[in-house]
Amino acid sequence: MTRYLVQRFISLIPMLVGVSILVFIAIRLVPGDLITAQLGTEAGMLSDAQRASLEAYYGLDKPPVEQYFSWMSDVLRGDLGLSVRQGQPVLSLIFDRFPVTLELAILSVIIALLIGIPLGILSAIYRNSVLDIFARVFAMIGLSVPNFLLGTLVIYVLSVYFGILPTSGNYVEFYEDPSLNLQQIIFPALTLGTSFAASVMRMTRSSMLEVLSEDYIRTARSKGLWESVIIRRHALKNAMIPVVTLVGIEFGYLLGGTFIVEQIFAIPGIGRLTINAITQRDYALVQGVTLFIAVNFVVINLLIDVLYTVIDPRVSYGD
Amino acid sequence: MKKLLSLVLTLSILFGAFSFVSAQDNTLIMARAVDATGLDPHTQTAFASLRLLELVYEPLVTTDQDLNLIPVLATDWSFSDDGMALTFNLREGVTFHDGSDFTAEDVIASFERILDEETGSAAASNYASIESMEAPDDYTVVFNLSTPDVPILSAMASTNAAILSSDVIANEDPSLVTVGTGPFMLESWTPDEVTNLAANPDWWGEGPFVDGIEIRIIPDEASILAALRAGTIDFALLSDPLIATLLIDSPDIVLNRTPSLSYNVLQLRAAVEPLDQLEVRQAISCAIDRQQVVDTAALGEGKVTGPLTMASYALPLEDLFCYEQDLDMARELMAQAGMEEGFTLNVIVANAEPPVATSIAQNLQSQLEAINISVEIEAMELATYVDRWLAGDFMAAVALNGGRVDPYTMYSRYWQEGANFQETAGYLDDTLDTLMKEGQVETDPDARYEIFAEFQQHLAETSPWVWLYAGYTYTAQQPYVTGWTPTASDSLYFLSAVQVDK
Repeated sequence: MTRYLVQRFISLIPMLVGVSILVFIAIRLVPGDLITAQLGTEAGMLSDAQRASLEAYYGLDKPPVEQYFSWMSDVLRGDLGLSVRQGQPVLSLIFDRFPVTLELAILSVIIALLIGIPLGILSAIYRNSVLDIFARVFAMIGLSVPNFLLGTLVIYVLSVYFGILPTSGNYVEFYEDPSLNLQQIIFPALTLGTSFAASVMRMTRSSMLEVLSEDYIRTARSKGLWESVIIRRHALKNAMIPVVTLVGIEFGYLLGGTFIVEQIFAIPGIGRLTINAITQRDYALVQGVTLFIAVNFVVINLLIDVLYTVIDPRVSYGD
Repeated sequence: MKKLLSLVLTLSILFGAFSFVSAQDNTLIMARAVDATGLDPHTQTAFASLRLLELVYEPLVTTDQDLNLIPVLATDWSFSDDGMALTFNLREGVTFHDGSDFTAEDVIASFERILDEETGSAAASNYASIESMEAPDDYTVVFNLSTPDVPILSAMASTNAAILSSDVIANEDPSLVTVGTGPFMLESWTPDEVTNLAANPDWWGEGPFVDGIEIRIIPDEASILAALRAGTIDFALLSDPLIATLLIDSPDIVLNRTPSLSYNVLQLRAAVEPLDQLEVRQAISCAIDRQQVVDTAALGEGKVTGPLTMASYALPLEDLFCYEQDLDMARELMAQAGMEEGFTLNVIVANAEPPVATSIAQNLQSQLEAINISVEIEAMELATYVDRWLAGDFMAAVALNGGRVDPYTMYSRYWQEGANFQETAGYLDDTLDTLMKEGQVETDPDARYEIFAEFQQHLAETSPWVWLYAGYTYTAQQPYVTGWTPTASDSLYFLSAVQVDK
C-alpha cells in the first residue's frame, strides 16, 4: 500500500508539469493579451512607447520561455505569482475562494447522495413499479435540464412568485453567519445536486440490478435470509463501488469550479475566479487556478482508489 | 399538500425576515453585472471601471444631463483669443480623501502623469495638443496648446482626466492607492464580488445623502432583476434591453431609460474587396431597414441614428443618404458595381457584448439576403474580437461604439489621417479629413455645427459604416430611492445626490 502511494505521488510530477506547460501555452495562444483585455478597443489608442511601457510593467516583454521558467521556479518555491488585476498573490486568492466552492460541492454531493442512492436502490428493488418509472423520469429530467436553466428557474420562481431571494452578490462566509450562508448556498447546491442526483440514481439502480442477479445473492436468498438483510449486508456494499467512482469524478469536477451556477447565483468561488481570470487574460491567475484544480483532481482520484480497498476487500494494492 | 404549504410559508417567513434585517442603515445597495478591471483612473478605459472611479475621482469639468459642460474642480474656464491657451480657475477649499488640499500643483502633476508615456494612458492622445502647463497662482492653471483645440475641453470631462493628489503621484502607485476628491471614498474593493464606498464628509458639493454605497457584482442580469423584485437591492445598472423591458410595467420598481450616446453600427472595412467599391457599401446602407433592426434585435428599445448621437449635433434622418430603406436603389447600386450575383459578407460579432449583438447580426443577415448578400456571422469572445478588430482583421463588424460629447473626439480616431484606428477603419477620405481639421479649431458653435453637419452627410453617403441605432442605458431603483439623475454619458457621478428613505 505504501509503495503504491509513493508510486502514485511520483507519477504526479510529470502530470503536473504537463498541465502547467499546456495551460501556459493555451492561455497565450488565445488572441488578445492582458493589455487589450483590460483596455478593450481603447488599447488601440496607445502609442508604441506606451504599450512597451505597459508590457514591461506586466512582465510581458520577456520571451515566453523565460516567462515560463521564471514562473515555474516561483511555483516550486510555493509562490504562484501575483494577479495583475487584483494586485494580490494568486495563492491567497485561491484559498479565499476555495472554501466557498468546497462548501458548495460538499453540499451538492450530500444532496445528490440523499436523493440518488435511496431512489436508485428502491427503483432497483421495485423494478418496473410506479416508483421506478417516477425515478427514471426524474433521472432523465435531471440529466437533460442544463444547470443554467434550472438555476435561472429557481431564481425566477423564488423572486417572482414568493418575492424572496437569498441576498445575492453579497456572499457571507459560513463562520460569519451560518444561517445566511446556508440560505445563499442552498439553492445553488440544490441546482447542482439535482442533476448530480440523477446520475447517482441511475448508477445506483443499474449496479444494484446487476448485483441482485449475482449468484451469491441467489445463494443468500436460498438460505432464506430476509430480503432487507440481503440488500443491506450483501448487495449494497458491492453495488456502491461504481457509485463511489462516479461521486469521486463528479466531486473533482465540482471542485474544479461550478462555473455556471456560481455565475448565476453570484457565488464567489473558484469557478467565477477562473472565468474572470480567463476573460481578463490574468495569466498568473489562470495558470495558478488550473494547476490547483489539477492537483485537486489527482488527489481525489487517489482517495477514491484508497477507498475501494475499504469497500471491497477484493481490491488491494498489496506490497 | 398542507405540509407543503406550511413548508413554503415557513420558508418565506424565514427568508423574508432576513431580507428585512439586512441593511438597516442608510447605505445604497447597488448591483451591476460587470466589475471594474482596475483602479487607476488614468489607465482604465473600460466603462465598468469608469463607472466606479467617477464616484471617487473628479476631473476639472464634467457634463450634465444634457451634455453641457459643468464645473467640478474648476469653477470656470476660458480660451485665449487665438485659441492657443486654456485657462482654468480652480475651486478653493477642496480636499483630497487623505486630507491634503487640492491646488494647481495637483492638476499639473495629474496631466504630466497622463501625458507621460510610461503611464500608458490610452486617453493621452486626447490631450496631445498640450505643450506646457503653468500655475500663475495656487488656484489658476493655464494649458498652453500647440494648436487651437476646442474638443480638448470636453475631452477633459472624463474620469481619464481625473485629478490625483500630487503626493500620491510622486510617492505611491495610483493603481493601488485610491485618493480622490470625489463624493465617495473607496473603502474596499473585492474584485467581482463587492465594493464598499463611504460618503466623503468633506466633499465640497451638496451631499452625499447616503452613508455609503455597496456595489455588488451579480454577473447574470436576470439575477439582478430577481434581486430587485425580491427587494434585496436598492439600485441596479442594466444593459440588456430584454431584461430591462420586463420592468417597464412593474408597479414596484422604477426603471429609468436614458438615450445613450453609444451607437450600434455595422462597420464595413472599405479596405476589403468588394467593400472597396462605393456602390457596394451604399447598396448595403440602402438595403437595410434600420427601424426593423431596432424592433427585432432590441425590442424597439432605441432610436435610429446618424453618425452623431448627441442632440446638439444630430441631423434629421431624412437629411442623410438612404435612411429610408430603398431596395430598388440597392439592387441598382449592386448592378453598377457588377455585383448582381451578390457575395458573402463575413461579419464578426462579440458574444453577448452588447447583449443584442448577435440578434443585430442575424437581422442584418436576413435583410441583406434581399440583395443577394449572404451574411456569414462569426461570433467570438470579446477579447478575441477586440484583438481582431484592432488589427483590422475582419470584413465587417457589428459593434457598439461609445459616443463622445464632442464630434471631433468621437471620430477623429478613425478617419483623420494617421489616426490610431486607421487600420481598423480601413478608409481614408480627404473631405472627412479636412472637415475634422476645421472642426477642431473652429470656436464658433454655429460654424462648428455646419462643419459637422456636412461631415455626417458625407459619412452617410460614402458609407464606410452603416449607423443603425442608439439604444438606451438602464438604471432601475426601488421607489424609496430618490434624487437620481441619469445622464446620456452613463455617468454615476450624480449618485452623490441620491437619497434612500426606506
